[in-house]
Amino acid sequence: MSFLLISIALGVIMLVVTGIAVFHKKLIVAIIAAGVLSLFASVLYLLLAAPDVAMTEAAIGSGLSTIIFFYVLNRIRTTNGTEDQETV
Amino acid sequence: MEYVSLTIGFIVIIAGLWAIMTNRNILRMIIGFSIFDTGLHIVIVSLAYVKGGTAPILDSAVGINEAIDKIVDPVPQALVLTAIVIGLGVTALMLAYAMKLHKEKKSLDIMSFRDLKW
Amino acid sequence: MRKLFIIIILAAFGLMLYPLIQSFSGNDHLSELATYYAQKENIEKVNSVNLVTAIVVTYRGLDTLGEVTILFLTAAIIAFFLKGPSTLRTLRPNSEIFITAARVLVPIMVMFGVYIFMNGHLSPGGGFQGGAVIASAVILMFLAFPDAPFQHKFFGFMESISGLVFVGLAALGALIGSGFLDNTILPLGTFGKLLSAGAIPVIYSFVGLKVGAELSNILNEFKSVQSDK
Repeated sequence: MSFLLISIALGVIMLVVTGIAVFHKKLIVAIIAAGVLSLFASVLYLLLAAPDVAMTEAAIGSGLSTIIFFYVLNRIRTTNGTEDQETV
Repeated sequence: MEYVSLTIGFIVIIAGLWAIMTNRNILRMIIGFSIFDTGLHIVIVSLAYVKGGTAPILDSAVGINEAIDKIVDPVPQALVLTAIVIGLGVTALMLAYAMKLHKEKKSLDIMSFRDLKW
Repeated sequence: MRKLFIIIILAAFGLMLYPLIQSFSGNDHLSELATYYAQKENIEKVNSVNLVTAIVVTYRGLDTLGEVTILFLTAAIIAFFLKGPSTLRTLRPNSEIFITAARVLVPIMVMFGVYIFMNGHLSPGGGFQGGAVIASAVILMFLAFPDAPFQHKFFGFMESISGLVFVGLAALGALIGSGFLDNTILPLGTFGKLLSAGAIPVIYSFVGLKVGAELSNILNEFKSVQSDK
């Protein structure tokens, strides 16, 4: 029963974070929200009795892939100059 | 609980598809792909859940004789394990392509790549 | 107009998914395949505490081999795409606290990654997780010491040796044991000890080293194209 309540609370948080990741104007906030979505998904995997998957998702989905996104974003920003800063 | 996570997974998948189809910025499309990935993994793992099951790791709580009655399905978990790592590799590959495209045109808008269209 | 069209497509997709939710009634017992894997005699045949590891390394070992191949291919293509003159950039120096913390943390993180993939058959974890933790340690090193040279040769050597040993052990299973990726080429040992489960810990350790080296290579490629102009 308590697992059900926890999973519903997690689900509400995850849907909010997904909304931020899809609709937020700033790209940095969207990338971080996608990483946070992975982190909450790893908690959900733990509730679903899958600790192996939870470890992988926590290390890869929210750590390494966010870092790679940031490297690319930094590269594109520095080559872009000052104009159209708000789209990137 | 598995119903809740299955529903969450499907909603996250549809949100990722929405992000892929409506945005014209390539980086936002790639974010949509990674969201889609996460939702798909949630769906597969929740399909593997058995009611009241424990993790497929045998110890003093779950003996070797009673494993069949107590553990959850380990096969989809093993598949998701490899799928996550492949997902990272494919995302990195897409980001490398995006950097290359941006180097050519100085733009991330997908509408500015019309070279093969006539 | 365009948005309406997309909404119609997504609604149709949602309608396709809805029967899946409706007809899903939860599992009361294991599926047939998983029942086979969880039987007592089959568990004793593999002798691994963590059943996910047993499936990843032996039963579905070919999937793992293909997965490692895909990772190698993506690393090679990324290296091909991002190849270019690596220009040194001028950065302001990192803070003393961060550098000291990184000095302390990097060896501990590498050791933790090794611990994770060596105990992959006893506890949650394994080659992929351990490799990801090692790559996290490498990225902490990149952030703390941006001017330190990346040991291309070492990581390339480790990656090729690990891949060779993985395929070699798999082929040895076909020669000595009962099939490709069979784990009974080494003694099975007692259930629940570190040196048990035959070749599983050895194979998974090399998978971990390979994944860690490949992810570090990918991260280094992305780092080396960071330039100011």
